[in-house]
Amino acid sequence: MMDRNTPAIDALYREVILDHHRHPRNFGALEGADITVEGYNPLCGDRVEIAVKLEGGSLVGCQFKGEGCSICMASASMMTEEVVRRPLEEVKETIEGFRALLKGEECPLAVEGDLESLVGVRNFPVRIKCALLPWSTLNDALKQAQEKKGGSR
Amino acid sequence: MREPISPAEVARIRQDFPILHRQVRGKPLVYLDNAATTQKPIQVIDAQARVYKELNANVHRGVHFLSQESTDAYEKSRRKIARHVGVKDDAEVIFTRGTTEAVNLVAASYGRTNVGAGDRVVVTRMEHHSNFVPWQSLALEKGAEFEIWELTPDLTLDLNDLERILKKGRVKLLAFTAMSNVLGLITPVREISALAKQYGATVLVDAAQAMGHLPVSLADWPHVDFVAFSAHKMCGPTGIGVLWGRRTLLEAMPPFQFGGDMILQVGDQKTSWNELPWKFEAGTPNYGDSIAFGFALDYMGQIGMDRIAEYETRLVHGARARLERIPGVKVLAPANPDLHSGALSFTTGHVHPHDLATFLDAEGVAVRAGHHCAQPLMRKLGVIATSRASFSFYNTEEEVDRLAQVVKQAMEYFG
Repeated sequence: MMDRNTPAIDALYREVILDHHRHPRNFGALEGADITVEGYNPLCGDRVEIAVKLEGGSLVGCQFKGEGCSICMASASMMTEEVVRRPLEEVKETIEGFRALLKGEECPLAVEGDLESLVGVRNFPVRIKCALLPWSTLNDALKQAQEKKGGSR
Repeated sequence: MREPISPAEVARIRQDFPILHRQVRGKPLVYLDNAATTQKPIQVIDAQARVYKELNANVHRGVHFLSQESTDAYEKSRRKIARHVGVKDDAEVIFTRGTTEAVNLVAASYGRTNVGAGDRVVVTRMEHHSNFVPWQSLALEKGAEFEIWELTPDLTLDLNDLERILKKGRVKLLAFTAMSNVLGLITPVREISALAKQYGATVLVDAAQAMGHLPVSLADWPHVDFVAFSAHKMCGPTGIGVLWGRRTLLEAMPPFQFGGDMILQVGDQKTSWNELPWKFEAGTPNYGDSIAFGFALDYMGQIGMDRIAEYETRLVHGARARLERIPGVKVLAPANPDLHSGALSFTTGHVHPHDLATFLDAEGVAVRAGHHCAQPLMRKLGVIATSRASFSFYNTEEEVDRLAQVVKQAMEYFG
């Protein structure tokens, strides 16, 4: 299809990333969401909205909206696939693990599947915050959702 | 004007710029981020090194030989700058760290003592944050109105819009750019400042882009009160810039920073200030860089700012035409090409500027992606970010071709 004479670019933009960017999973509004939080990276112009729904100690719903670079959007898409329908503790571990992985720190997380394609972002340090924006926004959303639920009890 | 700059002359000029012969990611560097900072000819690099090798000594205070030499070189660079920008009175040329500090100096020193509650401070929609935020902050602090002079739909300025604001009254200050770092718009400084003066406003011009890309003479701007610009945007080193200010205003203004060199007598309870320009130059000056800056002006002066402007405009217009032919690419520049030079901003459909710039980077092409320190402008344009290629007199037609070629490839890759 295209002239792939740019191996460096291919290391960043793996086909699966481009696929998630073109066909994002869990994109759109979340019905019955507990909370929607916006994350914004003013330095480069990535904006992402993460909506979460919690039930019985698990993340039962997670959708995203936003506009931004392909790394940010693909990361959001992959993230929602990865975390939905999992217990909150596991979700938090995954968030922390992914962050550590991208920052080159010790990571107890075994990253598999589509998420693995984002590991290449480590070699493009300027783009790391693009990949992490959805995850830090999710972290905020979970905190706020839990506070909200805790308060209403 | 002498003969226009030819490809042969550009090739000779490029020999003076060591960095242009670098490879990045295994490809020749195509440096198109000149609005962010310009490259330096060896003459400037060597001049800076010579300061530290041969005549380094603190200025003004010493009685010894080196100190005298250093002081002479420092004040000579001030004179060079004054000549370059068409100013007769050297004492009106204040050295600062850059444009940002120059604007902050005026906001803090002139602004605080002249703008009060109910007054108006006016800037344009396209200002760089350095000529937007200081004024917004001043207005907030003083309870003054902060007004934004909007652009027209074809991305220029309409003097009628300015007059409508001026007629509201109490406009104490108008701050605007001579050349936009995003749109490449060249503004009619003479006409704008003349109009502002009719209503009694003080005028500051941000010349950070203009000084390095256009022939500017302050003698042509009789109604302008302050001009700010940076050395690093015109082949000089970072960390040095200039505030030019009208003597009568500078004399009335309180100092910006306090300390050594800006004083005459320091009593226990009261201190007297030094004369201009030193009243506004506290502490050991960045003499190494200001001396090197003088050599940048020599270099560009020898080529001729008018020839530089003519050549760059040709490149930018050529690049614009090429990019506009690529499906999905939208150029954000004044509709009237006569008002456009320097910066070329564009969007690329669903391809985010970050992705575009990364793709170009992999091919050795350096452009900028983001909001370019102009979030208010981005918001009004309805975009979160743009890509921007910006040109200087050492760029070539081949580099314009390369830009267009790689942008097209990027559009296909992310298609």
